Amino acid sequence: MSDDAEHTPRAIDGHAPDVFHHGGWVPMRQHGEDDAVDFAIVGTGAGGGTLACKLAEYGFSVVALDAGPYWRPLEDFASDEHHQAKLYWTDERIVGGDNPLQLGANNSGKSVGGSTVHFAMVSLRFRPEWFKARSKLGYGADWPLDWREMWSYYAEVENTLKISGPVNYPWGPKRPRYPYRAHEINAAGLVLAEGAEALGIAWSPTPLATVSAPRGQSPPCVYRGMCVIGCSTNAKQSVLTTWLPRALKAGAEIRDLAMVGRIEHDKSGRVTGVRYHRQGRWRFQRAKNVVVAGYSIETPRLLLNSASSRYPDGLANSSGLVGKNLMVQANQAVWGIMEREIRAYKGPPSLAITEHWNYTDAGKDFFGGYAYMSQGPLPLVWSGVQASKRGLWGRPLIDEMERYNHHVGLKIVGEFMPQERNRVTLTDERDQYGLPIPRVTYSYCDNDKRLIAHSLAFMRQALEAAGATEIWDETDDTCHLNGTARMGDDPQTSVVNADCRSWDIPNLWICDGSVFPTVGGVNPSLTIQAIACRTADRIKARAAHGEL
Amino acid sequence: MPDRYPGYEVLQKRNSPSWNDKTRAVIDQRMAIDPNHHAFFTDAEWPTLRAICERIVPQPPDRAQPAPVAAMVDEKMHKNSGDGYRDARLPPMREAWRRALAALDAEATSRYGRRFHELGALLQDDLLKAIQNGGVAQKAWGDLPAKLFFEKRLLHDVVSSYYAHPAAWSEIGFGGPASPRGYVRMSFDRRDPWEAAEARPGSEAKARAENARVG
Ligand SMILES: Cc1cc2nc3c(=O)[nH]c(=O)nc-3n(C[C@H](O)[C@H](O)[C@H](O)COP(=O)(O)OP(=O)(O)OC[C@H]3O[C@@H](n4cnc5c(N)ncnc54)[C@H](O)[C@@H]3O)c2cc1C
Repeated sequence: MSDDAEHTPRAIDGHAPDVFHHGGWVPMRQHGEDDAVDFAIVGTGAGGGTLACKLAEYGFSVVALDAGPYWRPLEDFASDEHHQAKLYWTDERIVGGDNPLQLGANNSGKSVGGSTVHFAMVSLRFRPEWFKARSKLGYGADWPLDWREMWSYYAEVENTLKISGPVNYPWGPKRPRYPYRAHEINAAGLVLAEGAEALGIAWSPTPLATVSAPRGQSPPCVYRGMCVIGCSTNAKQSVLTTWLPRALKAGAEIRDLAMVGRIEHDKSGRVTGVRYHRQGRWRFQRAKNVVVAGYSIETPRLLLNSASSRYPDGLANSSGLVGKNLMVQANQAVWGIMEREIRAYKGPPSLAITEHWNYTDAGKDFFGGYAYMSQGPLPLVWSGVQASKRGLWGRPLIDEMERYNHHVGLKIVGEFMPQERNRVTLTDERDQYGLPIPRVTYSYCDNDKRLIAHSLAFMRQALEAAGATEIWDETDDTCHLNGTARMGDDPQTSVVNADCRSWDIPNLWICDGSVFPTVGGVNPSLTIQAIACRTADRIKARAAHGEL
Repeated sequence: MPDRYPGYEVLQKRNSPSWNDKTRAVIDQRMAIDPNHHAFFTDAEWPTLRAICERIVPQPPDRAQPAPVAAMVDEKMHKNSGDGYRDARLPPMREAWRRALAALDAEATSRYGRRFHELGALLQDDLLKAIQNGGVAQKAWGDLPAKLFFEKRLLHDVVSSYYAHPAAWSEIGFGGPASPRGYVRMSFDRRDPWEAAEARPGSEAKARAENARVG
């Protein structure tokens, strides 16, 4: 039997891959295409995968479709950056604006489990005030969510992923201690610690979604350091290894290599299911509800590509905001050289963090905040920084790369402002499925630039204090995607409500990073999963009242 | 330049617990790439590409098995495996390369009367620097933005091919594949016995001996 995950669906014929065993299978319930399932979910990443699990456990019938393959990490993942590009969304996208984004490896996954299959596992809570950024801090927009409610969903996700973290986290309101002990800090992280201590600010071991002790079928992390090209031992607690095995057990069906091209609706305007491409042809799955969870580029693209005579501007778009307010996060860095050997390739890439500038407002000339973390770029990424960003080639490149084991860096995850001009639109070019490809336009605003300047100056001091020399700034990197279908309290100024339900079409939902009204200064996936847990609870409650 | 990691060879670990089966299969394939094979670039374009690669990522002349950088770039173009985004000012990847190689040769011919690969290293570097700095004749390049092509396509495709090869990993002292064994010693100046030993002044022989034992 052919078992080529990239070309032949694996979740089929009543079973799905057992991600914990070579060649293993687990049983999977299946639904007929004419059988209108309670929920068809588009995308199985942080948003869609989590929601699929929770809804199935609440007894709803669920079919979750993903354009990507269904991997078994133990047999499919090589220790090789080049080969592992198979995890990324590499279909063509056009980038423009003053600051064209780097997509693909940098922020977009295409796998069952979504981008969490190759994410860096940093698992952070929002600062509470960010949920009311407009009224409490004076910028962006308010979320229709209360931080205290989110605090309990964060705890649920942290427990599900058995986050490894410190006993006491230095910032923000009280939280339960992390389920698993913190990881040992590598040399790159110790440099962050030394710099922070010299400047008198707090630092912490980073809360990470990779286990520091055995957990079920996950062995403890072996510090291989290749987390962002996919964990080949299953220490990483991705959606693929946590929520989805549970989802299958609870009766959800997952369809891999299934690209949804269009959401259909009936005369009354309610959606009826999804048209998707699998095994060489277009198919249709009927559903009572459709959830879009394709991340901040594919989600608006699908909604826009589903335009009809009734909804000429695309689905859920009466506000005109679908595709707008795309937010990446600042990912600028300072790099330097240490006399001591660092060998930053060992261990998870960001073992130490400071959120000082997320929680301190005095002394800032900008809105928003940033965290900064230690770094461990692998050779392909590092040579890309030296060549494309720094312009090195020839002998200077070779010489600089030979100092790989002595380089050290600090990098921010910083809050960019929502701007309507930063957006996803459709082009005339078509992809391999015949669907219009997206154009992603991005330009930093003045506030974004002030945040970057502040962070670079501060991190430079920290790196100097730790003893690094030859320090230079990497000024133009970004990470993570959020926004394009924001949640809110008002149908005029948002796409979905607090329950991730679209204002325009009551049985159409959006549950992924797209719903963020602002982005905060921490990595987003813990928040995306917390929102998905909340959404599942809200759906359950609504269903109990006959309000679906 | 003395070797920073004398005698260190990532491939020595091939049969160690640092390599799983998938990694062995993937790297074996890469090591078997024929450096002269080209399926996308034409016979006329091929020497130009090779000359570019030699200037962008020069390799020591005595290297037993140099990284087949040009053939790796060719493979990427042949498979049309893109990166998932394209600057709106640039044409699709393959078209960009075709037009750029033609433009580079046109530029070389108009400046020096010879094609790019026929020039000496210094002139080749001058030309590449001119492209990097945007100082090229518009006529040869048409509406292809030369500077942008150099930064986003040429450097990206060539450099990422080289540093995907074990020869480059050995050169920079990278541990290379590491599953399932991973690493143990995480702190400053600590190396696991299966990592590269760095030669400090006076410790060349010691490093060489340690590197011989890596496995
Ligand atoms: C290199 C890297 C490092 C990161 N590190 C961190 C980190 O340390 N901490 C953190 O919190 N976050 C991190 N992130 C970000 C995090 O992974 C994402 O924010 C998160 O996964 C987004 O969740 P999502 O559900 O919105 O989308 P995704 O997880 O990307 O899932 C979307 C899924 O939908 C599928 N899909 C899209 N469109 C369709 C369609 N039309 N039909 C079928 N399927 C479709 C895709 O194939 C994909 O699998 C990182 C990301 C990357 C790339």
